[in-house]
Parts: sequence; C-alpha cells; structure tokens
Amino acid sequence: MLTPLRKVIIIFLLTLLAGYISLPHETPFKFSFGKFNVDKKIVRPDLNLSLGSYKFEKKFDLILGLDLKGGSHLVFEADTTKLSEADKKTALQSLRNVIERRVNLYGISEPNVQTSAFEGKDRVVVELPGVKDTKQAIGIIGQTAQLMFAEVGTEEDPSFFNPTDLTGADLKSAKVSFDNNTGKPVVQIEFSDEGGKKFAELTKRNVGKPLPILLDNYPVSQPTVQEEITGGSAIISGEFTLEQARSLSIQLNAGALPVAVRLVEERSVGATLGAESVAKSIKAGLIGLLMVLTFMIIVYGRLGLIADFALVIFAVLTMALYKLIPVVLTLPGIAGFLLSVGMAVDSNILIFERFKEERAKRKFADALEVSFGRAWDSIRDANIATLVTAFVLANPLDFDFLHTSGPVRGFAITLSLGIAISLFTGIVVSRNLLRVFIKESAKGIAQRAKE
Amino acid sequence: MLMDWMRRKNIYFILSGTLIVIGIFSLVKWGFNLGLDFKGGTIAEYQTEKDVVTDEIIKRFENTDIKVSSVQKTGDKKYFLQMDPLNEEQKDKLRNSLKEVGGENLNELRYETVGPAIGPELIKKTIYAAIIASVAILLWVAYQFKSIVFGASAILAMFHDTFILIGSFAFLGHFMGAEVDFLFVTALLTTLSFSVHDTIVVYDRVREMRTKTGGSMTEMANRAITETMVRSLNNSFTILFMLIALILLGGETIRWFAVALFIGTVSGTYSSPFVAVPLLVIWDGFSKKLKARK
Repeated sequence: MLTPLRKVIIIFLLTLLAGYISLPHETPFKFSFGKFNVDKKIVRPDLNLSLGSYKFEKKFDLILGLDLKGGSHLVFEADTTKLSEADKKTALQSLRNVIERRVNLYGISEPNVQTSAFEGKDRVVVELPGVKDTKQAIGIIGQTAQLMFAEVGTEEDPSFFNPTDLTGADLKSAKVSFDNNTGKPVVQIEFSDEGGKKFAELTKRNVGKPLPILLDNYPVSQPTVQEEITGGSAIISGEFTLEQARSLSIQLNAGALPVAVRLVEERSVGATLGAESVAKSIKAGLIGLLMVLTFMIIVYGRLGLIADFALVIFAVLTMALYKLIPVVLTLPGIAGFLLSVGMAVDSNILIFERFKEERAKRKFADALEVSFGRAWDSIRDANIATLVTAFVLANPLDFDFLHTSGPVRGFAITLSLGIAISLFTGIVVSRNLLRVFIKESAKGIAQRAKE
Repeated sequence: MLMDWMRRKNIYFILSGTLIVIGIFSLVKWGFNLGLDFKGGTIAEYQTEKDVVTDEIIKRFENTDIKVSSVQKTGDKKYFLQMDPLNEEQKDKLRNSLKEVGGENLNELRYETVGPAIGPELIKKTIYAAIIASVAILLWVAYQFKSIVFGASAILAMFHDTFILIGSFAFLGHFMGAEVDFLFVTALLTTLSFSVHDTIVVYDRVREMRTKTGGSMTEMANRAITETMVRSLNNSFTILFMLIALILLGGETIRWFAVALFIGTVSGTYSSPFVAVPLLVIWDGFSKKLKARK
C-alpha cells in the first residue's frame, strides 16, 4: 500500500508531466518593471525519442476547431432519390471518397470529410481549415464533373450531340498546361490504355468533324479533329481562367461524383475572429478561475487552499488530455471546459461541508477520512447522472438520430472529460494532499499545544 | 439549527408555478426568437475599408433578390448582416455591393448560411436526446434510491428547470433579442443534467437518514435541506462565477449561451430543495393516506 506522501509525490510528478504537455510550444514572456525589461520566449522542446530503430515523436499541439482557427464548414445534400437502398450505400461511400480526393488535391491540410444521414436525407459534411474563399472550394466539391466525349449528330443537324462510351472513367490523369499558340490555360488529359484505344477509334471515325467534350452535359470545347490521335492524350481547351483549369483538372483526377449534390449549409469563420474568440475565452477563463480560487480560500481557509491546488492540477491534467486524445477544441468546447472547472470543486465542497459536521463529533484527521467516505456516495451518483447526459450529447457511438457534429458535441466532450477528471482530482488528489499537508500541520499544532 | 423548510412548501410551488406561467405566457404570446440554426438564413460579418452608414447598406439591397432583414454595426468598420438564405451567386453580389459602398478592401470575418431543411431536423434530434437522457436518469435515480418516487420527483424537478429556462428565453427573446439556437439547446440539455446532479446530492442525505435514523419524511426532508443548503449555494457560486466571467468577457458568440446556463444553474439549484424534495414529501403523504384508507 502506498503512503499518502508517496501518492502525493506521484501526483506531483504526474502534474509536472501534464504541465509539460499542456504548455504551448512557444510562450512569449514580456514584461517591464522600471528599467528592467524582459522579452523572452519560453520554447517547450518537442518530444523526440529514439530507442534503437523505434522512433517516438510527438508535438503536443492543441487542435483548434474551425470556429477558433478559422475555416469553412460545408454541408452538401446528396440527391439519392433515384437510387435503390443498396446502390445508395455504395454511391454515398464513393461520393465521400471522391469529395475527399478533390479536397486533398485542392491542397488543404487536414480536411475532414464525413457522411451523415437523418431520416432519408444523406449529407456529406466537409470541413476545410483555413479556407476563406469558399466559392472556389464549393465549385470544386459541388460539381459532378461527368466528362463525356460526344460525336456531333447528322450533317443536317450538327447541333445534336451523340454521347460515346468514352468518358471520364477512361482517364488516367489530368493536368493544367498552357496552349503553345495562345498561352491560355488548358487541361491536358491522358487516357488509360483502354481509353486511348477508344479515343484513337473515335478520332479516326471523325476526321474533319468537331468532337465536343461535355462536362455535366454542357459542351466545354468542340475541337475539330485533324487526324487520328493514337498517343492516348488530348487537350481540353475552353475559355478557361487558370483557376477554372485547375478546378477541372482536380475534378477529373478525383473522378466524377456518383450523385449530384447541393449545398445546404455553409459556415465560415475568418482567422482573426477565431483568434479574438480564443483571446476572450482565455481572459474569461482566467478571471473566472481566479474568482473560484479566491472564493474557496475565503470560505474554507486552509482546506480551500488545498482544493485550489487540486483545481489547478485538474486544469493542467485536463489540458494535457485534450492534447493527448486529441480533442478538437471549439468555442462551446471551451465553455464546457470552463463549466467543468466551476463544477470540479463541487466534490471538495461536498466533502468540506460534511467535514464541518463531522468535526464536531470526532478528531480532525478522523473527521476528514469519514467525510470523504460519506460524501462519496452522493458525489458518485450525482456525477454519473451528469455523465449520462453528456454521453447522450456527445454521441460517441455515432447514432444517426442524435447530434453527429457541431457545437453540441464539442461542448459535451469537454464537459464529460472534465467531470471524469474532476472525480479523480476531487477524490484522489485533494484527499491525499489533505492527508499529507493538513494532517501533518494538525499534528504540529497539537504538539505545539502540548509544549 | 433545524429549519422547517417544508412548512412553506406551498409558497415554493406558487413561486415556481408563477414563473412557469409567465414563461408559458411569453412562449405562447411571442414564441421564440429563432436563430439561424432553426429558421435558416444567412448571417455575415464584414469589415470594410471605410465607415458606412448602416441604412445605406439596407438601401442598397432594396428591390434586389437579397432580402436583408437587419444590419448592425459590431465594431470598428465591422458590420453584421442578417438575410434570407443566399446562394453562391447572391453571395458574390452581396460582396460586390459592399465593396461599392465600403471600399475594395473587404474582409469577410464570418459567413454562415443554413438551408431551411436543417431546423426541423435539429428539433427532432434534440427531442430524442432529451428523451433518452431523461429515461436514463429516471432509471438511474430509481435504481440508486430503490424508489420510483425519487426518480419521478427528480425528473419533475428537471422539467421544472427546463420550463423555466424555455420560458425565460421566450421572454428574453422578446425584450432583449436572445436567440434560440444550437447552443441554447446544448444549454437546455446541460441544465437537465445539472438539475439532477443537485437533486441527487439532497436525496442522498434522505437516503442516508432513511437507513440510519429514520423519522418522518418531513423531518428527513428538513434535515437534508438544512445540511446541504450551504454546499448547494457554494457549489452554484463557483459555477456562476465562471459563467459571469463568460457572460461579461467571453464575447458575443457565447454570451447568450452563458446566460442560458446561468438561468439553468440558478433554477437547478433552487429546484432541488424547493421542488424535488417537497414533491417527495407530498408523494409520501399521499401514499400514506392511500394506505390508511385500505
């Protein structure tokens, strides 16, 4: 059995480790005191261990949600009305994959693409950190990009397009290049072996005739075939801007969307507004924390001071866990964290109030132990009830009929984590701190009284 | 010192009843001031290059397909617009018009557009979440206290807090423009859990006395409330400190959210001794009368 002192040492070491993880990578340190000026940065070294061939690297960065670091949250609704239940599933899966490929090719770091369904409505949620110009992103994601080569109709009516079996599926790759003569951006496509053969056949059949290239049934260009092309590559030259050419090449490389999609929700936050929110939350959090700390000392004196230590340990541990899990921190998430700070002292208050009663009946140290034991039932039952609600809100099993994304979840995750950790700090940490510091000093007081 | 809290239980019920009636009245008369999440639409915040009179912005969009319902100045050259939902083309138009009045250098701080289909879905999901949480809590309390009466009373106190919060937001929505949105729903569900959390602490005392000292339900109720009163108040204070800091300093986005949590916390603290426990006493008296008749 560990003695309370040893436990306190373990808790202390754990806190140090958590403190190391919680610190931001760089902490600017700036203040002036008369002539004395300090302007330094504390840089926390990243973990970089290597054990033989095994390398362990960890950066411990706090992951911020889109509302804090800026970015766009787009929700597309898929038109799956014409599909059977079985086709729908594969269509949605491939829809997600195609959109993810497009977003990746667009060059966004850490995008998040997921599907969600509710009562027959199928959606794809796309989260693009750092993207402010949503117009282009929406254009790239939302276009079906069904590429098709067509033959023109009869001589009498050449406006009539006759689609062929050469489609976007026959492409190997697409890239932006520039027309040698005009310098305008074009999209250069390369066919697969199969596609190359089809293309050769098609051009051979249509020498001297236009060969329209259709994108989503709309002709983007109608080059006239000069001769049979056997090289397996072609150029689409419309009146493209560089951006449009790039979008098209991304869409062709990622493949066509299996179903049409429609934008139903768009939320974007600029990075400045996000940074402002972070600064405000930190300020609010610190002042709130200060009020709680002061309140505890005023009301409970020495005991309150111990509870304050436990609360600071709580904050450090929680922050470290956010980084380790990692939890994506959103604005409501921060509110959940702050609320849990307010709730974390509850177990201490319960114990201390109990202690006041028990103190009248028994010795100091005994009263402390008894209070912990007695208060535990209500702490456990009350916190489990809160955890149940937080669990339903956080929806960790991804049930479609509950909230699957958004602020509700961010709030619930930090709140439930906070409650779970506060159980540990409220019971284990403050109990052992009290045993070591208060008991020892109580002994001291008793001894001094004897002398 | 043992106070006879239960003697005045009718006063508590009248107070709660009055507040709930005012809430229901507000809800029926004014309804909710629904936010973007529920009614759909577009909100956007822009920073312009030069100062613009808000009326000028509104005028600009008269007789266009962009239906601007309000323009607010939120800071230095910052403007917040509320509109019917825009599509991508209209968004372009909006930006261009703003550039014409406010200068080329237009900074989009925030842009949110929600289609009308999202709202009803949210309401359904919220109702599901509330039902699941309520049933789970009812079962948990009933199991822990080995009595369905405890569970039912805790749930009733929880609904009491829910009604108070809903009513106050109908009221605040009408007079101060508080919006009911995604975050309000979150606050509502958090209130559910906080309410029960607090009730359980008081019930725990009753449970302890039931096994140790016994006595009439009224006596136990009075003692339990006396013994937990300071704890309840102190715990609420620490939570309220955090929320006050958030309301004053946390910024516009989560201000009403913090207000909702504040109301929920106050109501949740009040309802444990003054709704949940009196309900227990009433149930107890009721079942004794029933037994006596038999």
